[in-house]
Amino acid sequence: MDELILAAFAAETGEHIVKEPRERRFQRFRRTFDVDGYRLSLAERGFRFVGQNDPEYPPLLRELHDPPPGLFLRGAGRAELLRAPAVAIVGARACSSYGAQVARLLGRELASAGLVVLSGLARGVDAEAHRGALEAGGLTLAVLGCGIDRDYPAAHAQLARRMCERGVLASEYAPSVDPAPWRFPARNRIVAGLAAATVIVEARERSGALITADFAVETGREVFAVPGEITSSLSAGTNALLRLGATPLTSSDDVLDALGIVPVEAAPIQLGEHATAVLAELAREPAGADQLIRDTGLDASAVATALAELELVRAVTEAEGLYRGVRPAG
Amino acid sequence: MLARTVTHALVGLDARRVEVEAHLQRGLPAFAIVGLADRACQEAKERVRSGIASAELEWPLRRITVNLAPAELRKEGSGFDLPIALAVLAASRQVPADALLGHAAVGELALDGRLRPVGGVLAAAEGARQAGLSKLLCAAGCAAEAALAGIEPVPLRHLAEAVDYLRGDWVPPPVEKISLNGRHPEPAGPDLADVRGQQRGRRALELAAMGGHNLLLGGPPGTGKTMLARRLPGILPRLPPDEALEITRIHSVAGLLPPERPLVSVPPFRAPHHTASVSAIVGGGPNPRPGEASLAHHGVLFLDELPEFPRNALEALRQPLEDGAISIARVGGRIVFPARFQLVATMNLCPCGARGDPAAECSCSAARLAAYRDKLSRALLDRFDLVVTVPRPRAGELEAGPGEASEAVRLRVTAARERAAAEPLRRSKQANELLARAVERLPLSARGRARVASVARTAALLGGAGEVDAEHVAEALSYRSPTELGASWTS
Repeated sequence: MDELILAAFAAETGEHIVKEPRERRFQRFRRTFDVDGYRLSLAERGFRFVGQNDPEYPPLLRELHDPPPGLFLRGAGRAELLRAPAVAIVGARACSSYGAQVARLLGRELASAGLVVLSGLARGVDAEAHRGALEAGGLTLAVLGCGIDRDYPAAHAQLARRMCERGVLASEYAPSVDPAPWRFPARNRIVAGLAAATVIVEARERSGALITADFAVETGREVFAVPGEITSSLSAGTNALLRLGATPLTSSDDVLDALGIVPVEAAPIQLGEHATAVLAELAREPAGADQLIRDTGLDASAVATALAELELVRAVTEAEGLYRGVRPAG
Repeated sequence: MLARTVTHALVGLDARRVEVEAHLQRGLPAFAIVGLADRACQEAKERVRSGIASAELEWPLRRITVNLAPAELRKEGSGFDLPIALAVLAASRQVPADALLGHAAVGELALDGRLRPVGGVLAAAEGARQAGLSKLLCAAGCAAEAALAGIEPVPLRHLAEAVDYLRGDWVPPPVEKISLNGRHPEPAGPDLADVRGQQRGRRALELAAMGGHNLLLGGPPGTGKTMLARRLPGILPRLPPDEALEITRIHSVAGLLPPERPLVSVPPFRAPHHTASVSAIVGGGPNPRPGEASLAHHGVLFLDELPEFPRNALEALRQPLEDGAISIARVGGRIVFPARFQLVATMNLCPCGARGDPAAECSCSAARLAAYRDKLSRALLDRFDLVVTVPRPRAGELEAGPGEASEAVRLRVTAARERAAAEPLRRSKQANELLARAVERLPLSARGRARVASVARTAALLGGAGEVDAEHVAEALSYRSPTELGASWTS
């Protein structure tokens, strides 16, 4: 009960509150607050509230030194989702196509291994991780830095709706709370707190994703960083994490190993002769279609056919004209 | 004293019969033109007066009234000079009035009495023929164009020649008729042989030429997107006679027809700049004129740097992309311009242009990138059947020899189009299975599915296959629209 009053009071005053304040204002608010009416209005909109004292409250969150008093939830996913083993995949909003592809791939593979894919619904890496999990038909959970009804950023309103079909959107802020820059680092502590392991896909030197990594380290969780090119400023943050001792992530199996999950062996796929040749080229380095045409000696239409075939079995992905193999040839 | 000549005013692409009546009365010498004449038409007074004087004819010192009937139709332009001059001369009995029977006239007068070509002569000639007139008096420069309508043109260089002709003192030289099926000298466009490497871009261009598909080329600046696009007209088959005549009429109305090539026999290529206004692109104005979309009818409309165009101009293109025509509503009625064009566009992948270029780093913020992509509506992007991202070519490709020349590709495209007309193509069982799998897996919208099926058919026809097979569907799938590509476009 008390946590809900606290959250409603925080929404009313626009403050970030984790402990009961001693102010008079709060006492007054508490006396006049209609708890049942508030719960009813939440339920009417399909929202739920899980307080610190409720049994569904995720135990991992209690390990934070300032755990949120409670979480507002939206979506069809059950509250137990919060307690399931989860992996956070976070990174730059303005990510490169490489970052986007890796995020989607990890989202897909970790979700199909049965983990909950956790992120922040932001543009770039976050959204790709969610999309990957949805593609695999897995469960995915977003923690927002605003009210769960706010659909922030607006461009991801549809993604949010799709996630709600089976997953959950969560926030410590009451519905209708506006996004504010200072709320996002606070949100990141919940992302790191809920996850058994955190993967940073791409981050600049001073990125919000690094804040998530700091929180994960503080609570003693595993931190993975995806190695990037040393010349790219988008990899500066992740490479710095690696220097500090984060575990380099070379495939989704690294995460599964660390969490003690046995990866499911992917069924080998049957490929045509041209597709095999193209995939062998892509195993060396990502390439554009013209380069593949030159290196394989096939004509333009044969390479196009092979690439579409490989895309359909999700063995390659394309971004900005560059094709990337996402599983080894053979 | 009253005399009458016949000419035509343009409403959209159609010619309406206009009677020019000249009436001479006693009174103080004056010259008035009535009948909703616009500014250029009012200025005809000065040109007609000087023209008649220069032809060493007499300007009647009477009160002259010229009426352009029907009076409620707006008249525009300088083509009324010749009929007004002839009506005045006939009214003053300097040419026999009955000699004008069976004639229409159109043309602008120079101050020295010479005749200048005007736009819309083909439409006027067609109007005259339909009205049962057999001859059209016009400037020598437009005579060949008028002859396309099947009317007998009287080519005139000077007003004096018109007078001599009507008096029966001069016989006009015969006008050489242009055969609609014949071969005509065309200015050589840029050739595909200049493009090195770019195998995928070339293939997409050939598919676009064969199937008339809309093509979007994306990629960082300087990778040859524009170079490829400009070579599309060179590989398109020549226009059949009816289409050539249709597009010639539009270009004539817009005043774009060069006198030395009165028939547009190759598909037009229009490349408006991105600062062009909405009405410049789809047509408009108080008396509506065809825009770039109509000028590209049966040809190619090329929009370089697509997201730089005003969004409302791009959205206005959706109607012609769907219906092949643009209708412009005015208080006085509705005018329809045909606009069945093939849309080819290029764009960078981000505002700074560095995306897709491994050697450069994109400095665009996530919000700026999203704003750039929001400029193109999903509905518009869905209209592109073929989407190709052209990455920066490696040094090795630029050292490759010259590619296949345009002529060879055009012969192949022409042959495939003939096959397409001859027989319908069925899809094999495997092709249908692959298509169904793609719909489920990618995901592909209903419109996307139809698009892939149509490109697959094009690929099969180009390859000379007897049916559309799985490989053709697979190739078509590799040119999907950005709205279906996800990651790099929508995040």
